[in-house]
Amino acid sequence: MGGVLSYFRGLLGSREMRILILGLDGAGKTTILYRLQVGEVVTTIPTIGFNVEQVTYKNLKFQVWDLGGQTSIRPYWRCYYSNTDAIIYVVDSADRDRIGISKDELLYMLREEELAGAILVVLANKQDMDGCMTVAEVHHALGLENLKNRTFQIFKTSATKGEGLDQAMDWLSNTLQSRK
Amino acid sequence: MNYFSLKKQQRSSHSNSTGPSNAYQNLEKTSVLQETRTFNETPVNARKCIHILTKILYLINQGEQLVAREATDCFFAMTKLFQSKDVVLRRMVYLGIKELSSIAEDVIIVTSSLTKDMTGKEDLYRAAAIRALCSITDNTMLQAVERYMKQCIVDKNAAVSCAALVSSLRLASTSGDVVKRWANEAQEALNSDNIMVQYHALGLLYHIRKSDRLAVSKLVNKLTRGSLKSPYAVCMLIRIACKLIEEEDIPAEELSDSPLFTFIESCLRHKSEMVIYEAAHAIVNLKNTNPRMLSPAFSILQLFCSSPKATLRFAAVRTLNKVAMAHPAAVTTCNLDLEGLITDSNRSVATLAITTLLKTGAESSVERLMKQISTFVAEISDEFKVVVVQAICALCTKYPRKHSVLMNFLSGMLREEGGLEYKTSIVDTIITIIEENADAKESGLSHLCEFIEDCEHVSLAVRILHLLGKEGPFAATPSKYIRFIYNRVILESPIVRAAAVTALAQFGASCPALLSNILVLLGRCQMDPDDEVRDRATYYLSILNSERPELYKNYIIERENCSLALLEKSLSEHLNGDLETRFDISIVPKAAIVKAEVPSDVMLVTSSAPRPPKITREEESAARLAQLPGIQVLGPIHRSTAPIQLTESETEYTVQCIKHIFGQHVVFQFDCLNTLSDQFLENVRVELTLPEGFTARAVIPCPKLPYNELQTTFVIVEFPPDAASSIATFGATLRFVVKDCDPNTGEPDSDEGYDDEYMLEDLEITVADQIQKTKKNNFQVAWDAADSEEWLQAEDTFVLSAVTTLQDAVNTIVKILGLGAANLSEKVPEGTHLHTLLCSGTFRGGAEVLVRAKLALSEGVTLNLTVRSTDQDVAELITAAIG
Repeated sequence: MGGVLSYFRGLLGSREMRILILGLDGAGKTTILYRLQVGEVVTTIPTIGFNVEQVTYKNLKFQVWDLGGQTSIRPYWRCYYSNTDAIIYVVDSADRDRIGISKDELLYMLREEELAGAILVVLANKQDMDGCMTVAEVHHALGLENLKNRTFQIFKTSATKGEGLDQAMDWLSNTLQSRK
Repeated sequence: MNYFSLKKQQRSSHSNSTGPSNAYQNLEKTSVLQETRTFNETPVNARKCIHILTKILYLINQGEQLVAREATDCFFAMTKLFQSKDVVLRRMVYLGIKELSSIAEDVIIVTSSLTKDMTGKEDLYRAAAIRALCSITDNTMLQAVERYMKQCIVDKNAAVSCAALVSSLRLASTSGDVVKRWANEAQEALNSDNIMVQYHALGLLYHIRKSDRLAVSKLVNKLTRGSLKSPYAVCMLIRIACKLIEEEDIPAEELSDSPLFTFIESCLRHKSEMVIYEAAHAIVNLKNTNPRMLSPAFSILQLFCSSPKATLRFAAVRTLNKVAMAHPAAVTTCNLDLEGLITDSNRSVATLAITTLLKTGAESSVERLMKQISTFVAEISDEFKVVVVQAICALCTKYPRKHSVLMNFLSGMLREEGGLEYKTSIVDTIITIIEENADAKESGLSHLCEFIEDCEHVSLAVRILHLLGKEGPFAATPSKYIRFIYNRVILESPIVRAAAVTALAQFGASCPALLSNILVLLGRCQMDPDDEVRDRATYYLSILNSERPELYKNYIIERENCSLALLEKSLSEHLNGDLETRFDISIVPKAAIVKAEVPSDVMLVTSSAPRPPKITREEESAARLAQLPGIQVLGPIHRSTAPIQLTESETEYTVQCIKHIFGQHVVFQFDCLNTLSDQFLENVRVELTLPEGFTARAVIPCPKLPYNELQTTFVIVEFPPDAASSIATFGATLRFVVKDCDPNTGEPDSDEGYDDEYMLEDLEITVADQIQKTKKNNFQVAWDAADSEEWLQAEDTFVLSAVTTLQDAVNTIVKILGLGAANLSEKVPEGTHLHTLLCSGTFRGGAEVLVRAKLALSEGVTLNLTVRSTDQDVAELITAAIG
């Protein structure tokens, strides 16, 4: 019974979900965006500004904003926070040097009032690289254990190989739907 | 306030009665900006957002100013609209980006989105996205999108390629270095089949190579062999070819064989009318031509005069009008066709035809043509009325005897309605007539007096009052002007009143008979509510009450205008000094009249870079020289000369020299450029061979001269004590240490270098270098006043065999002496055998120079030169300079 209801809700409640992909430069945000949209790996250049695309995943429509991660562009993230349903935060698991900066940016962002209700998905990306941090290490390095009052989940992914993205999107769509 | 609201009401009731009104008429900025919140909603309501964007664009185009904060908020709200796939909305967003890009901050935020649109599949986006992208891109960001720009320039889609080419041209003014790297792509686009792409590609290529003459002539030579399909591109090529011809200054006899000219002439037989016209227009505007070269071009224009197409008739007659003074004989051959155009239904064509005939016609036809033109002068626009006025101005110089007919016509035109530009041109013409023709002076002045009785343009009223002050006192009955001038004091705005007070004082100073009356009037002006008017009245009253005529001359009649920037500098130096010596204003250079550069209308390729503000050379160099240590000792700068090249342009090192003349010193400024990429020069300096009497005071070398960077070295030399030996020639050698370097990095290979030298061309110091022009308003007064004991005179007679006309002789004298001519005496009227040139200037050190040159034309030109100066040496030096 409940399954049928949620199926109808899925059809009728056709409001597009608004998702932001954030993270430091070179973490793989744009690659993830286009992997989700067209299902293949495209060559990308550093994003100056943003890319916005409509992504359909299992009959759900998402409007995905991929914001550039360069230091000069991070201050503009906040211009795009309002009405956001979920944040996909991408971390380069091979970049041990900058994981601290990544943590600071994440915490700074989560303090924003406009994002108080947004679901958080952390992607420990580039798991295919040798010597990268494990999910647990990333979890710890970002200090996620201290996160309160936030629906969140962490996944290990490799955008170039297409691994882990489906699990993350499944969890995200389920969580978003059950919240309605 | 009441009046204002009344007007507003009237306007709204007016719009009600005229049916459909403008939906955007009563927009208010703040409420429209509020509406931009809609942009943040999801999903985007495209129709609503398009409407709001239209309102914003409308407001901006109406001149509404947005502050940076407002523009930035609006801009970021607009970026949210990129989520919509609506084509019309997206294109509106591009327009919004372009409008806001100059006001809003952080506009680079849309770079990625625009780059994607410009390389994407949607053709409707691509061209517009390129234009928007280039409007938000600065030099640093350009590198990031360079690859895409290159691809777009050679894109198959003509609209995309055109947009990329035009945007590159715009970027070239700010990021020339990057755009230069796109020459190969532009070259490829030049081979396009599309006429617009070809045209824009030529435009960009020319712009990239503009500074390299050799490359431009190569480009032109290749293209003139006929590979261009686009008529627009051919027109452009004609203009470039003309520019090359003008720059090379080829004499007429060689020009007809030059490939450039052959090309332009061949275009007279092109199949496109546009190209034919462009070629004819180009030929008749060339400097060095002879009748044989001109005649085919004039035949074309004549043919176009009888074309059924109004545009061709207009173009032809406009061109004939412009060159009527330069080639009267050739234009006269078209007279019959022009007569036919007098009654043309197109008033612009008719006006141009009549004014052309006026310029070339015989004296007898003047009255007939003037009558013809007065039948419809009320129907034509201001712009063409100005053309009529200019034609009348030319006529007055040509037929001085006709001045009464023309003057009456002009005063009639003055009384009619018309804008400032139109009225200014009439007043200019009347003033020119007055200055050139003594017979017309009285009637001209009275027409102007009448005009200022009811003149709404403050600037004109001030000019006329100034003229009355200058000329009125020397008219037959000066007293009659006083009433007109004093009426201004009673009736006008403060600026005009102040000018009127000055004019009154001129009468007081120059007409002793009127002095007592003037004193009474000026006394009344001291009650004026405006500060400036009162100050002037008080100033003039105290001078006129002093009853010392020598004060009148220096402080009322001849007011020297110092260059304000330099006066300020000298004064602040004086205040920082010991304050023991008195400040001497005579050593401050006089303000030179800086002519605004007239953009040549022959070339349509102009850079959009902002023009530097108008400053004189002296002000510019004062700022630069101030950085030299110890320069203050030399005192204030007297004059800076124009740069002279000491090397050929295509050599290893190029050096140009500017001479800065001071009271007792000359500072040679050498601007050096190293054109060898594998050399790094150090300790660069110029060694001068000094003639006797000159003493070197200092050499300031340039420590480093890397490849392609302009650097400067100075030499300071003291003049000999006697002015007579200050004319000299200096030998010059460039000395430096060479270090070989890597052409890519510019870093020297090793620390070891070797000394080397490079011969430069000789330098000269002439009389003209040492003289600063002055312009006397009333030369005769100054000349007569110089007939006293403190002034010394030198006189001599010469035969100038090298020149054949009086005008040439005048030009030569003015050039050799570097003096400023007074009373328009630098222009020799046609058909005269006698002429007097009056000119004046200041020699370095402050000695004033007045020169009267009487010229007579016989076999050669005989010259009787009288020089009056406060310094005997200077007077002799100047007479010697002519011989």
